[in-house]
Amino acid sequence: MGVGIEVRGLNAWYGKHLALKSIDMTVPANHVTAVIGPSGCGKSTFVRCLNRMHETIPEARADGLVKVGEMEVYGDGTDPVEIRRRIGMVFQKPNPFPTMSIYDNVAAGLRLNGFRNRKQLDELVERSLKLSALWDEVKDTLHKKSGASLSGGQQQRLCIARSLAVEPEVLLMDEPASALDPISTSKIEELIFQLKQHYTVVIVTHNMQQAARVAELTGFFLMGSLIEYDKTEKIFTTPADKRTEDYITGRFG
Amino acid sequence: MPKQPGDASTQQVSLWRRFMNQAANVFAVSAAVLVIVPLVVIFIYLVWKGVGSLNWAFLTQTPKPPGELGGGMANAMVGSAVILALASAVGIPMGIGCGIYLAEYGRDRFGDLVRFTADVLNGVPSIVIGIAVYSLIVLRQKHFSAFSGGIALAIMMIPTVARATEEMLLMVPNNVREAALGLGIPKWRTTLSISLRTASAGVITGCMLAFARVAGETAPLLFTAFGNQYWNMNPNQPTAALPLQIYTYALSPYDDWHRQAWAGALILIVMIVAAVAAVRIATTRGALKGAS
Repeated sequence: MGVGIEVRGLNAWYGKHLALKSIDMTVPANHVTAVIGPSGCGKSTFVRCLNRMHETIPEARADGLVKVGEMEVYGDGTDPVEIRRRIGMVFQKPNPFPTMSIYDNVAAGLRLNGFRNRKQLDELVERSLKLSALWDEVKDTLHKKSGASLSGGQQQRLCIARSLAVEPEVLLMDEPASALDPISTSKIEELIFQLKQHYTVVIVTHNMQQAARVAELTGFFLMGSLIEYDKTEKIFTTPADKRTEDYITGRFG
Repeated sequence: MPKQPGDASTQQVSLWRRFMNQAANVFAVSAAVLVIVPLVVIFIYLVWKGVGSLNWAFLTQTPKPPGELGGGMANAMVGSAVILALASAVGIPMGIGCGIYLAEYGRDRFGDLVRFTADVLNGVPSIVIGIAVYSLIVLRQKHFSAFSGGIALAIMMIPTVARATEEMLLMVPNNVREAALGLGIPKWRTTLSISLRTASAGVITGCMLAFARVAGETAPLLFTAFGNQYWNMNPNQPTAALPLQIYTYALSPYDDWHRQAWAGALILIVMIVAAVAAVRIATTRGALKGAS
């Protein structure tokens, strides 16, 4: 089951540059929440702060309160590795492990954390590939083909399956469909819709139609600040802020 | 076929352009041939001179006393294998470890220092490394040994393996590392099981290059392994090695030894090629369809 996310006063820096300015946001469990905004507004930085991927970039740091379920993401003594195990992430560019088979890609997160039970591993791999709607396309070549041999859209669904296999509570998606063709995109969107039964999903997107299609809630970021955050319908029909309106009507960005 | 944009003009390739295209082709092919020719000539020459002295005795016997006909280099072949195994067992793990440090952590002044040191070490003449190991190990132990020869060759392997590992790891796209970290895989695990595995083909090539390079080294073994006319299986004792044996035989006044030196050189080349080929076959057998 998914859990909710509480963000209070989150700041993030790249060196001396303040990229996120005191963000407050409450993401409800088992919903899809979209984060939109022009390039460089901090939306990717925001989701990368939720699972402490932000700090893997040299000179990048963040502070503030982030609670995922009962877990304090930036608490003293919180292990970032443990956080990332419970908060899965799907990246903009499909990034399967190139030298691993399809099966090994999905099993990687479990195996490299010491999971050894072959039978359970088989089941988890099958379940994850079914959840990500890839099973039927790859079930005959699981061990024979490399993850890198799949098409771009299949690779992205493989990456989603890989994230799901470690059974996270939250799934962060950083523009998961921006490198894909329209058919693959619609498959991913359908999938996101299914996933919210089991997970809390936060999706960054460049594409406003996509936000409108998949998300119940939408937040609009501009220059490192969260300008407006409301029901998706409200954001796209009667936004409260002039800047949101300018952005969604295509006046800038 | 429907009409394509620019149909009319594309058919008229000027004579000059065709000529230049041919000229560039000829240049590239002849450059490639020029590179291969010396290698092929050396190999053919070795086979021609060496194959006549190859026989069962050469492969199974130890050298005969000077002036006597017959005998072989069996002890030198085994000695070379032992010394190279020692060198690889020390040099490859240390080189790979150093390369991992340089690629994954060494983005600071200390990393630059290590990188610079490795490049300098790579350029140090092999005889200097031999003398250094001689004074550090052989003089203290008061005897020559396969062990000290292995150390001398290992020192020569480390910089090559380290820089190759570093370069191959830096070629692993960062998003592959991010994918692993994002799954909650600890950094050390990510480095060993994801980054190094992704880079493994290149790292293995680097190790093979280093191996092939030191396999033919004579100078560092002169003061360390020293050579031996008899069987010796104790790595703590003076040990024969093919390059040493070839050197001694080639400089001797005996025709039979000259012929045996050619055979030894041929065996050395065959051993190196066989080792490299075996590693290649072993590492590509498990490769997947479409893996990059």
